[in-house]
Parts: sequence; structure tokens; C-alpha cells
Amino acid sequence: MKDRVRIASGQGFWGDLLTAPVDQVTKGPIDYMMMDYLAEVTMSIMQKQKRKDPRLGYAKDLVELMERILPVCVEKNIRIITNGGGVNPVSCSEAILETGKKLGIKKFKIGVVVGDDILDRIDELRKQGIDLKNMETGESVDTVRERLQSANAYFGAWPVVEALKQGAHMVITGRTTDTGLTLAPMIHEFDWKQDEWDKLAGGTVAGHILECGGQASGGNFSADWKAVPDLAHIGFPIAEAYPNGDIVITKHENTGGLVTVQSVKEQLVYEIGDPRQYITPDCIADFTTIQIEQIGKDRVKVSRVEGRPATEFYKVSMSYLDGYTAFGNLTYSWPDALEKARKADEVLRSRLADLSLKFEEIRTEYLGYNSSHGSIAPELKEANEVVLRVGVRSQDYKAVERFGKEIAPLVLTGPPSVTGFGGGRPKPSEVISYWPALIPKSLVKPEVVIKEIG
Amino acid sequence: MKVRLLDICHGRSGDKGDTANIGLIARKKEFYPIIEKYVTAEKVQSHFEGIALGKVERYELPNLWALNFLLHNALGGGGTKSLKNDAQGKTLAAALLKMEIEIVERIEL
Repeated sequence: MKDRVRIASGQGFWGDLLTAPVDQVTKGPIDYMMMDYLAEVTMSIMQKQKRKDPRLGYAKDLVELMERILPVCVEKNIRIITNGGGVNPVSCSEAILETGKKLGIKKFKIGVVVGDDILDRIDELRKQGIDLKNMETGESVDTVRERLQSANAYFGAWPVVEALKQGAHMVITGRTTDTGLTLAPMIHEFDWKQDEWDKLAGGTVAGHILECGGQASGGNFSADWKAVPDLAHIGFPIAEAYPNGDIVITKHENTGGLVTVQSVKEQLVYEIGDPRQYITPDCIADFTTIQIEQIGKDRVKVSRVEGRPATEFYKVSMSYLDGYTAFGNLTYSWPDALEKARKADEVLRSRLADLSLKFEEIRTEYLGYNSSHGSIAPELKEANEVVLRVGVRSQDYKAVERFGKEIAPLVLTGPPSVTGFGGGRPKPSEVISYWPALIPKSLVKPEVVIKEIG
Repeated sequence: MKVRLLDICHGRSGDKGDTANIGLIARKKEFYPIIEKYVTAEKVQSHFEGIALGKVERYELPNLWALNFLLHNALGGGGTKSLKNDAQGKTLAAALLKMEIEIVERIEL
């Protein structure tokens, strides 16, 4: 058994810094790299891509990235764990193996975790009496059944552990929790058991710290952002895990950013609910037990995390089509920038009312004044410029499209000294709403499929 | 004395659907009892009047010198539905740091 495992964070979301995973595998020693690609909306985008072409539906950037880092990962024996497989992890693995062959790699094994996609099973599950009701509102899933775009159970670390046990150099999953991607190699290397709740909770907390990439190592750092060195070359966080569940958060030397108690705390409190019950498929971690201390430069120890048994359910993340939005922006300059923008908004709303279009909401914000803090923002005095931002939402595509045609006319038929209409008419975008539900673990079985070269 | 939270705290905010979370962290150990005493859910609710349309819940993490606030119904529907520029509540931690509290204790900033 190893006495320490180094797990690096490579991506915090689909669209994150492309150089980060390259730096992680080249600038210092690591054993594993985890990459999180999936947000709630992502799965529906991927489903749409897969409907157009059954070979798509995963993070295509992942294939390009692997082309760049595969040789060094093979050479250094760094194993990659990612949920970038989206709604088509098998095709994703095939594309990466194709790339590997082109690069002349002779031996490479990918473990693909499947079984999380339950979109085709909804009717069957409903017949079995599984209600899949909305966890937040209690509504029946039948109200959105016809509009469902994606439905995935969140798996945890264990299917990834199974893939690692089968010797996978890379594990590609669909909807696996971000924390599970980090926890899995610890379970695998230290042979943690399914009921060692404190250790599992420790690894889960490490996963929470890594899951947003640079946010733990100096990015979006409110405590003292001016003091963060070399943000341009920020080093993403690395979790050094120990068999007893202790974790040291660090980063490679000679990279930018910082790892301090404050930077790690900011990530610990990010997007959490009740801190005593951080619920994952693997355990319930109690964030009020976490002990944290600086033990060296860019080294923060996280220890003594307590955990409790996992629940009998997987969370299910579903998405459904919920209308359309569009946004129009116009910039008004001094003198009276804000007054002009307000007048333009009034004119626009009056014209929309004349057209009798049906909107669920029309929202006006003024960038440079109140779009961040709403009513908390102090009244603006003598701004040199203000951007009027109007958004609309409707179930009626045509209403939203027509709104897009009412923005440009304001330039010649509204208040003066206005600019910033360069991008053409605002186009309607689909609203994808999110439907969280629960499903008994016994009804969804993760499976590992092995795909390999050699 | 009057204290602005920015001077004794840092923080980070984000979203879960239409609920915003704000983690408020004391800069020094001795500031934690101050924020625990004065930055109540009620005070935060009234600070975010017109923004947090639902209730505000507070959780304590004394081990991290931190409070976690959940602001329900605060993001205009959340996700891709929201028409807000800040649909994910990323700037709400800064909005909370603007808050001033009147305290009877003397503290050194």
C-alpha cells in the first residue's frame, strides 16, 4: 500500500483553463488527475448533441486535451479520472483510444462507467411506482415528462474504484459526483472499506476542495486578492492523501496562486447547504468537524473529518425545456447616462406592451450601477456611462424573437448618446430548467466497461 | 463601535438552483463570536430585502470561523431561467461584506 497518494485537479468545469491539466502532469509529481466537466445544464447540451449524432454527447475538448497529455501520462504512470464522458462515455473512450493509437501508444486501458443515464427508463420507473418528484417543490415529474431533455443518477466513487481495480489507466464516467472523482483513488490505493465513514468523509472533503480547480488556490479569492502572486500562471490544487484520511492541499512549486487556510476555507464554504450534512452517494460528511491548519508554504492540512453512513438513494438530475430568453444591451454615456438608460427602458416596455406579447418576466438592470447588488447598490451619481440590460423570458418563442427586434430601433428612436449595439439582434436561447429527484440505489446499477489498446 | 463586515471577514457565494449560498468567514478567531452574535439570519434577511425573496437560513461552522447563509428564492429562478446578470449569485458575498454592524465589544481591526 502506498503511504501517500497525490491527486491533482485538472479542470473545475467544462470551459476551464486549458493549460491547467497540462501543467499538472508536467510541472511536478502526481499520481492521479481528476477533471470535472459536468454542470447541471451540461447534460442537456450533450443530449442534444447526441440526438444529432449518436457518436457525440461528451466533452470534445477532453479528446483534444488527451492528445496533448496522453504520452506524458503513460510515461509517468499518471491515471486520469473524469466525468467528461457526459451522456456518451463509451464514444468518448473510443475517440480517446483512436487518438492514442495515432500517437503510437501500444497499451492503454480505459474503464468506462455507464448506467447513470436513465432518460429512456423514466416510463418504466414511473410504472414501478417511482415518483421522481421534485425534491424542492414536491411536484410530480409527469408535469414535465414530455419536455425532459436528460435524466441522470449521480454515481459516487465506487464504480470508479471498480474500474481502477480492473487496471484502468483512465476512467471516464457520465454523471459521477465531482467529489467521487477525487475520493475513488484514495479508496483504491488505501483499500478503504465501504463503512469507514470518517475516511470517506475526509476524501469527500478533499474532493469538494478540488472540484472547482483554481478556486482553492488563489482564484476568486476575496480575502486578499491583490496579494495573490502570478494569477496568469495559477497552479491548480493538489490533494496529498494519507491512509488515515488526512489530506494536505498543495500545488506545484514554480506556479502562481497560493494555498492558504483562507483560500481553502473559501472553497470549503462554496455552494454548500447544511454543513453537518454534505450528502454524497458515498457518505455524509460533517463540515463542522473539519480541522484546518497551515503546515508550510502552500501547504494546508485538512484533518479529523467525521462522516456518517450514506443514504439509500441516488440523487437524480433531470433537465427539461422551459421556454426561451433573450437579452438586449445598450450603452448610454454622460450626461445623464442613467436617466437616459431608464428612459430607454420605459420606451421599450411601452412598445412591448403595445405588441401584447406574453412574457413571464421582463427584467431591467443597469451594468455599472445595480446588476450585481440590486437594491443594495448606492444611488449612482454622475456615471460617465451605464449599460442598459433588458432580459425577457417566455414560453412563446415568437414573443422572445420579437423582443430582439425592438432593441436596435432604440438607437435612432430613443434617448441620445447611445452605442454598443454591435452584435446584431438578440437571439432567443432555450431555457433548460433543472429537476432534482431521488431514486433508490437498488434500481440503478453502475457498470464498468473496459475499452483498450493492446 | 460600528464595524463593516469587509474589515473583519472574507467570503464566497454561489448557487444551488434558485438558492444562493454565502459563506462568511471571520478573518481572525476573535472575530468569529462577533459575527456569530450580530450577523443573524434576520439581519441578513433585511440586508437583502428585495433580493432574497424567500427565507434566509443560517448555519454555523465555528471550526472554520464561518457562517453559511442560504438565501432562498434569490436568483430570479436560477440556472438558465434567471434573467439576472448575476444569475449564480457570485457577487452576493461582496454584497454581504458591505453590511455594517453596531457592536458593544471593542475589537482591534
